[in-house]
Amino acid sequence: MRQGKNVIVFENKPSVIAWASVVGKKEGEGPLGSGFDMIIDDATAGKDTWEQAESDLQKTSIAILLDKAGVSDTQIDAVYAGDLLNQCSGAGFGLRGYEIPFSGVYGACSTSVLSMINAAIGVNSGAFNKAVSSTSSHFCSAEKQFRYPLEYGGQRTPTSQWTVTGAGSALVSNNTGNYPRIEKAILGKIVDKGVTDANNMGAAMAPAAAQTIYEFLTDTNTTPENYDLILTGDLGMVGTSLLYELLENEYGIDIKSVHNDSGLMMYDLEEQDVHAGGSGCACCGTVLCSKILNELNSGKLNKVLVVATGALLSTVSSFQGESIPSIAHGVLLTSGRADDE
Amino acid sequence: MDISNKKYDEMVKKASPTSPIVIDCVMAFLVGGGICCFGQFLFWLYERFGMNSKETRAMVSVTLIVIAAILTGIGIFDKIAKHAGAGTIVPITGFANSVVSPALEYKSEGFIMGTGANIFKISGPVIAYGTASSALFGLIYFIIQRVMA
Repeated sequence: MRQGKNVIVFENKPSVIAWASVVGKKEGEGPLGSGFDMIIDDATAGKDTWEQAESDLQKTSIAILLDKAGVSDTQIDAVYAGDLLNQCSGAGFGLRGYEIPFSGVYGACSTSVLSMINAAIGVNSGAFNKAVSSTSSHFCSAEKQFRYPLEYGGQRTPTSQWTVTGAGSALVSNNTGNYPRIEKAILGKIVDKGVTDANNMGAAMAPAAAQTIYEFLTDTNTTPENYDLILTGDLGMVGTSLLYELLENEYGIDIKSVHNDSGLMMYDLEEQDVHAGGSGCACCGTVLCSKILNELNSGKLNKVLVVATGALLSTVSSFQGESIPSIAHGVLLTSGRADDE
Repeated sequence: MDISNKKYDEMVKKASPTSPIVIDCVMAFLVGGGICCFGQFLFWLYERFGMNSKETRAMVSVTLIVIAAILTGIGIFDKIAKHAGAGTIVPITGFANSVVSPALEYKSEGFIMGTGANIFKISGPVIAYGTASSALFGLIYFIIQRVMA
């Protein structure tokens, strides 16, 4: 069902019956460390390559997810998964051992929410009883693919962000029990405001986040005060301040009092030397699949709009002088208790 | 969204912190200068061992390259370079690091298609244009010498 021009309403309110997060050592040492299901101290996860390590993170997060939900892989009707690596190999290789129908998803760092929307559409329509959404990123594999070798002695700019090592998975179901609910969603449009600096992703993605938040609030006829939290994906410090400015100047919306950004929550920015904050698919993915869903489940949070942002650049586009197309997808989660009110 | 790219660019510039240029310059000066002083120390040392100045120059470069390569291999170089910036990148130590770091990174794709194919991924442009410009300037030097003579 549609609401307004862009919002999808899930009339059957798919529930999120389980969620799991696996992170690396640095993330485990961050402010959210205690909320993750597993912290892997060895960056290689005992594997030979960074790419294998990332796939293993995704594989492990789904294993924990299935275990928490008490179901086996053959009981899952579909998995939507993606990551940042070429050809979505983090997901493809990570999930090859599972007997689950697989659909690869690419939305750069917005993949966590994009795959959750896909799973929710499938469950809401009745096509699936249970569908998994999953995403991963790894600092080392992302640096290798998008920037420089790990041991290269370059300096990071103050606007650069630190790719989160981790994987987050959620199990979306038609179960009508007392679980967090996926109420609504919005697929973002590609926005490009001409930012060319690949070391300033927050700035590139802020306009996409602003537009998606504005469209969602307009279509649902709500204001920021109607939400306990509006969580953006990985805008970091620079992107967050630009998001506030854009929303206020362009649309007259002030979200400061209810907003937080996964990229700002993941690390202690000063102590952990991550410059403008965290980024990567797993940034929003693991924050969503730990703290946010935990608090929705406990009733500490009741209504959360999660807007994950992605920069749709490639490894060659920046060198070809292209600016960075960006996207932001949103999903409205509730504690499921609102029904009782 | 109505905002023009130009106006947004101004907003981005205002919101984005810039690198601490004074600290960066001081660190580059101190570390870069320190490496050069160390090179001079090696120069004297090798002269004392009775090498001639041509051998000494080569040996100083080789020593610095070996030290930088080892520090890269054991994961220390990038930690120093994070603070030193141009101080470690500009001297020959930076060149060594830019060859060794991709060699290590891509060994997971094998010695041929990994290390071999990617070893000059970062230093390649320096080698290509360094060689090309030395040939060009050599030609100019040659012509000027002939004209003057």
